[in-house]
Amino acid sequence: MPVIQVDGQEYEVEAGKNLLEACLSLGLDLPYFCWHPAMGSIGACRQCAVVQYLNAEDERGRIVMGCMTPVTDGAIFSLSGDKARGFRQAIVESLMLNHPHDCPVCAEGGECHLQDMTVMVGHRDRHYRGRKNTHRNQYLGPLINHEMNRCITCYRCTRYYRDYAGGTDLAALASRDHVYFGRHSDGVLQSEFAGNLLEVCPTGVFTDKSLVHNYTRKWDLQSAPSVCVGCAMGCNTLPGERYGKIKRVHNRFNAEVNGYFLCDRGRFGAGFVHDERRLQYPGLRNNDGRYDAINHHEALQYMDRACAPGKVAGIGSPRASVEANFLLRTLVGEENFAPGFSDAEQPLVELVLRLQQDSRALVPDITTIESADAVLILGEDLTNTAPRIALALRQSVRNKAYEMAAELRLETWQDGAIRNLAQDQRSPLYIAAVADTPLDDVATNRISLAPDDIARLGNAIAANIAGQPNADLEQPLQEQVEMITTALAGAQRPLVLSGTGCGSTAVLAAAGQVADALCGNGVPAMLCLAVPEANSLGQALLTGCDAPGLAQLQQRAASGEFDTLVVLENDLYRRGSSAQIDQLLGAFQQVLVLDGLDNQTTSSATLALPAASFAESNGTLISLEGRAQHHYPVFQPHAERRPSWTWLLACMKEMQREEVRSLHHFDDITRACAATIPALAGITAAAPDHHFRNAGVRIPRQTHRYSGRTAMRADISVHEPRQPVDEESPLAFSMEGLNRDQPGALLPYVWAPGWNSNQSLHKFQAEVGGPLKGGTAGARLLQSGIGAGPGTFTAPAPFKAEPGRWQLVPRQRIFGSDELSALSPGLAELVQPGFIEICAADAQLLGVTEGDGLVVTKGITKGATEGVTTGVDNTLATLEARINDSMAVGCAGFSVGLAGVQNLRPLAPVSLRRAEGWQRRSPELIGSDRDAGPGGTHV
Amino acid sequence: MSDLIPIVSVAEAALSEEKAALSGLNAVLSEAELTAIDREISHVPYRSAAAIDALKIVQSHRGWVSDENLRAIAHHLEMSAAELEGIATFYNLIFRRPVGNKVILLCNSISCWIKGCDNLQKKVSEQLGVDLGQTTPDNRYTLLPVTCLGACDKAPVMMVGDDLHEDVTEQAVQTLFGDHGGGGE
Ligand code: SF4
Ligand code: SF4
Ligand code: FES
Ligand code: FES
Repeated sequence: MPVIQVDGQEYEVEAGKNLLEACLSLGLDLPYFCWHPAMGSIGACRQCAVVQYLNAEDERGRIVMGCMTPVTDGAIFSLSGDKARGFRQAIVESLMLNHPHDCPVCAEGGECHLQDMTVMVGHRDRHYRGRKNTHRNQYLGPLINHEMNRCITCYRCTRYYRDYAGGTDLAALASRDHVYFGRHSDGVLQSEFAGNLLEVCPTGVFTDKSLVHNYTRKWDLQSAPSVCVGCAMGCNTLPGERYGKIKRVHNRFNAEVNGYFLCDRGRFGAGFVHDERRLQYPGLRNNDGRYDAINHHEALQYMDRACAPGKVAGIGSPRASVEANFLLRTLVGEENFAPGFSDAEQPLVELVLRLQQDSRALVPDITTIESADAVLILGEDLTNTAPRIALALRQSVRNKAYEMAAELRLETWQDGAIRNLAQDQRSPLYIAAVADTPLDDVATNRISLAPDDIARLGNAIAANIAGQPNADLEQPLQEQVEMITTALAGAQRPLVLSGTGCGSTAVLAAAGQVADALCGNGVPAMLCLAVPEANSLGQALLTGCDAPGLAQLQQRAASGEFDTLVVLENDLYRRGSSAQIDQLLGAFQQVLVLDGLDNQTTSSATLALPAASFAESNGTLISLEGRAQHHYPVFQPHAERRPSWTWLLACMKEMQREEVRSLHHFDDITRACAATIPALAGITAAAPDHHFRNAGVRIPRQTHRYSGRTAMRADISVHEPRQPVDEESPLAFSMEGLNRDQPGALLPYVWAPGWNSNQSLHKFQAEVGGPLKGGTAGARLLQSGIGAGPGTFTAPAPFKAEPGRWQLVPRQRIFGSDELSALSPGLAELVQPGFIEICAADAQLLGVTEGDGLVVTKGITKGATEGVTTGVDNTLATLEARINDSMAVGCAGFSVGLAGVQNLRPLAPVSLRRAEGWQRRSPELIGSDRDAGPGGTHV
Repeated sequence: MSDLIPIVSVAEAALSEEKAALSGLNAVLSEAELTAIDREISHVPYRSAAAIDALKIVQSHRGWVSDENLRAIAHHLEMSAAELEGIATFYNLIFRRPVGNKVILLCNSISCWIKGCDNLQKKVSEQLGVDLGQTTPDNRYTLLPVTCLGACDKAPVMMVGDDLHEDVTEQAVQTLFGDHGGGGE
């Protein structure tokens, strides 16, 4: 390891780093703007200047940029010398020439990197007398606010947005002191990862619109370590709360899950927590079919009466915590507990689990995904189902560039140089999907195929890799197989991805085959399979592989086996057609529903219990890579809302059930679950239990500057209520305690003296950009790469397109395809109405153009008339037609989860016809545009 | 006023942008322009590498590059409008607003400044009745500052249309624009 001298002191530093990284890792404060730990250096802002001396005799030295200077053995630097300090001061002064004096009204104020750096370099007096430049701001959509005057032209935004995330609609415009970062014209930023601009920009140019309109300073936000419930990726988040509202969600660094970035579903999708439609009190349905609010004692007594006689079935939820699901399963009994998947989804998730357990391939985390040097995606549109993975894949294709850089001995942080060198040369990424995907722009090739053909393609690739080519593929496909085989077999770290997204077990199995074949060749291949919800995999682990499904529960209820159904945080109407779910619920005499949201299922309940959201309760969730992660309440639930586990535990205590006699705390449930379910034995390692103390004290949820007393409650009482005491976690609802040196899972916010912005994160990292000092949060439950292989697999028969018949294939959207994102105000504006996607030729055949209506009816396949009844209406849906020439032949895409698709099931054969009397939509006004038009009001 | 501005949702905007691009946008550029652009494209490894030339071609036909033209060029070069906008606005001689028949580029860099370009500019403005960045009402001239025309030894200099005028004096300005009525007079 090289030894360098900084201001007369010798330090041992890691080779291959630049001086800025080295200094920050050593705990020395060197100001910077344009360098970013995930994006490397370009040396644009000149802020990280230091003096470098040639040798011990050299007294003058020269100014160099820390972020562009490799650390070499024996190098001599000065950070604190007058020359370096004067230079850095001058840089900030020049950046401030045009910077408005608006910290008091700026949403970045109090957590602004520019503020921090200005104070750090000691710049105070302005010498320039000229006028400041001003810019016109742009409307960038309902999520992100634009205030261009605050820009210091560090170029981080475009480097992130274009180079890192692949967005094309944000650019650096104009030149000299007119430089402007914006779009070609006003409009919604198109990238699914645009929200990271809020954290990447070191100033208040890009701020969170919902925060801006409902503002709280960072120091007044109460926050706790949390986990995103947007998809199964399990990104670590920091929701910030004030007055019972989640004001914003920031990224919580986890080196193995989400690094520095979230997707927009996760960042802007927590608004449902304070949605008006959330239940406040238990509601008991009366004879008029309306609900009477009752108190929690009455509710528990009712639950007790309903459950005591036995004959209870339970439906869990892939979006609820392991603990709540475990308690419900305990309450109703293993054989009467359905994990809460739809009947189509259940075998898919179970297969994902089996494939991961059986595979010889590694189940990768995000850093290993980024290290892949050849990638094959089978059937999954990751940008819309597990978005953070797609962002990681955009980095993995750059491994080609890093290889080229290594040949020239360029350090990996030389971002500008490496991008110039590689231009658009990328490592291979092949996608086989039912139609185009947002990753196509970085793919070597994307092939559109029907799901069965994707499986055949995968199977052929696997056979080819194993050296036993089977020759039953059509010619053009065979060529693809050859190319993909060459790419994968030639790679050192090949990665195969798939998921439940295209609804086909054959596709999943084929992905398992490819990864296994690669392992058979002795290559450490990776297999990553996406599942839909935050705890989907947890449900599969909890219930094993032959849990009852919804249809089975219904049959058993109809045969009189059950009287009562308890539904946990699950809107069943998203899991089957209305008719099916009506029938299911109708088969029970009473239905008890625990949920936070007022949805169709809660409205069908006999008794509805208000459940706390993820932000108000403890819970363990298991992500798609099998990582158990713990989320903590950010604030205490209001009214009669209680975490589901509290309701269930209280109910079972009321029933005097033996199993819960020794369970008192949340941690006890976690431990009981780990002891009962071998597959979940590892969950206790996800986070420390509630006894943990950090150097003898709790970890504060509030910053030390928190403004405790306000007049907010003055209309209720002038007396301040006591701060709630947290009995269930080592965190405190208070500013007292120690937010330093704690385990990684317990990081409630980042702050360090002199570092108020999110850049203070490096003070919590063992080394800059590396894992947290306290260890990476979460515990992996799946033993990677020790399976015996997935066994044999027979590929399905080739898909045959029949005239007049289409196979329905799922098309996901990042906003709206999941249950929760559509409930957050900002995202709701971006959710589209449901649609059917067909190719232009099919559209012509059907006589429709873009925007016309299409009627979807049950398809009658030749010979079989499965599910089709003549003489009745076989209509499944009437939806808007979208024309997409990349659709696989014979397939029609349907928008998963969006309005109007309840009756559509993946892979179902359907017929289509033009809808008569369809009203074409006119361009709509979206709410936020009305108050803030182009260049409108700003904070 | 913003009350009435219809803004389509993301998806729709994306779709309609794309659809418009596919159907209408190619028709924006003339045959001659497209042929000239294609010739440039054939000389470079990536279509987008012809961006500057394409902008110059369209500007030479139309005097300036409108939003619609810019989107059409971007589509033809398979790049996004924002990327091309970044290039177009980087160069001060690609005009993103209409200019007069002739553009006057008055150098205000160091040599010309020493040699009194400020007075020259006043004189030009007085003669034509326009300030920097403005176009005469008869649309004959647009007056713009420029940083060094590379003829510092003949400072002060200016260009009028394609002609370079060296060692310019107020008298010369008077002669050049003397016949011009000036703005508003
Ligand atoms: S907008 Fe922000 S990130 Fe972009 S250049 Fe300006 S200050 Fe830097
Ligand atoms: S990728 Fe998934 S888990 Fe991560 S922020 Fe997005 S929705 Fe949340
Ligand atoms: S951080 Fe080093 S030059 Fe910007
Ligand atoms: S300074 Fe005017 S031409 Fe160079």
